[in-house]
Amino acid sequence: MSLDKPYLDVPGTTIFDAEQSRKGYHLNQFCMSLMKAANRERFKANERAYLDEWPMSEDQKLAVLARDLNRCISLGGNIYFLAKIGATDGKSFQQMAGSMTGMSEEEYRNMMISGGRSANGNRRIGEDGDAQAHHQPQDKKASA
Amino acid sequence: MAQITASVYTSHVPAIGAAIDLGKTTEPYWQPLFKGYEFSKQWMKDNTPDVIFLVYNDHATAFSLEMIPTFAIGCAAEFTPADEGWGPRPVPQVIGHPELAAHIAQSVIQDDFDLTIVNKMDVDHGLTVPLSLMCGQPTAWPCPVIPFAVNVVQYPVPSGQRCYNLGKAIGRAIASYDQPLKVQIWGTGGMSHQLQGPRAGLINKEFDNAFLDRLIADPEGQAKVPHIDYVREAGSEGIELVMWLIARGAMSTKPPKVLHRFYHVPASNTAVGHLILENQV
Repeated sequence: MSLDKPYLDVPGTTIFDAEQSRKGYHLNQFCMSLMKAANRERFKANERAYLDEWPMSEDQKLAVLARDLNRCISLGGNIYFLAKIGATDGKSFQQMAGSMTGMSEEEYRNMMISGGRSANGNRRIGEDGDAQAHHQPQDKKASA
Repeated sequence: MAQITASVYTSHVPAIGAAIDLGKTTEPYWQPLFKGYEFSKQWMKDNTPDVIFLVYNDHATAFSLEMIPTFAIGCAAEFTPADEGWGPRPVPQVIGHPELAAHIAQSVIQDDFDLTIVNKMDVDHGLTVPLSLMCGQPTAWPCPVIPFAVNVVQYPVPSGQRCYNLGKAIGRAIASYDQPLKVQIWGTGGMSHQLQGPRAGLINKEFDNAFLDRLIADPEGQAKVPHIDYVREAGSEGIELVMWLIARGAMSTKPPKVLHRFYHVPASNTAVGHLILENQV
């Protein structure tokens, strides 16, 4: 019997379910290791060598090195785990969240101050809101 | 017998904790938010309970992917504020109430809710930010706290209906405790927010205020709202709001007295909602 996943048609959103969690297990556990100061130091000293200690896929390692959080999430990462990388880099949660939207830090901060992103047009894939793929600057860049 | 005197609801945004810890509460960005909690801090001083039963979620702090309990009750004598990667918050140790926690665990498990009993656990901003908002910056928290962690990180998370029913079981458990304790139950997290993907930054004031209205007046109806409505309308992390239904479920079936209601956008990525409901028995 197939599983009930009614959330697959929400634009710009990856729900961290049991399947994503399975894919991202080692990626997320690597992130957890950064809660220890000594591990943060070792990671910063040689990121690639530290990542190679973990049975992560090459794609996952490259996404971490590039700090491409959208890619990390598509490969099974969860934002609360990925936040440990941000903490290691000295980034705030707002900076991390903003980095996934194709907006500059200032643009994202201003959007939040003016009330945040509207749900209108962003409830289902195929509508016309600002979180839809065809309005995302990073997607435009990728396809350009 | 123990009794639930009130329930408190609040968002638990980490940046709020940082603003308190770094002395930024009077800055223009933060001042309107903290103004909304001035009543609450005074009320807390005037109505200090004997125990707070605090429903929150762990954010990949105490629970990694090694173990993911859906409902975990903290039965330890004390809980240490965690280092979440930015260093531990400079807040007091959280003192537990092992006797009441063990009583609730036994009662609620016998009532068919399979709780995970946790005797060693650090607590993250999900628990300490609500305490800071309600109590300010004391050298010790005003009373013992029973942490109750709900998995809202990995889907599927418990449904609103299950949370509401669990709250009722917790209410029965507290009412059957043979000591005259005044207990507050707090539901934390939310309101609308999304922290991931191109849709990050989503806020939905209409949804949030309708949720507040319904939590007060029609919790049975709100409990029936499926997850997908929260995800679509309130963002992927807005699902944290199901935890408020646990606290609401523990209240008497008589309409509660609304002592305080506050709503503010934004705190970092998040809409902040806050209620104090006095239990009517």
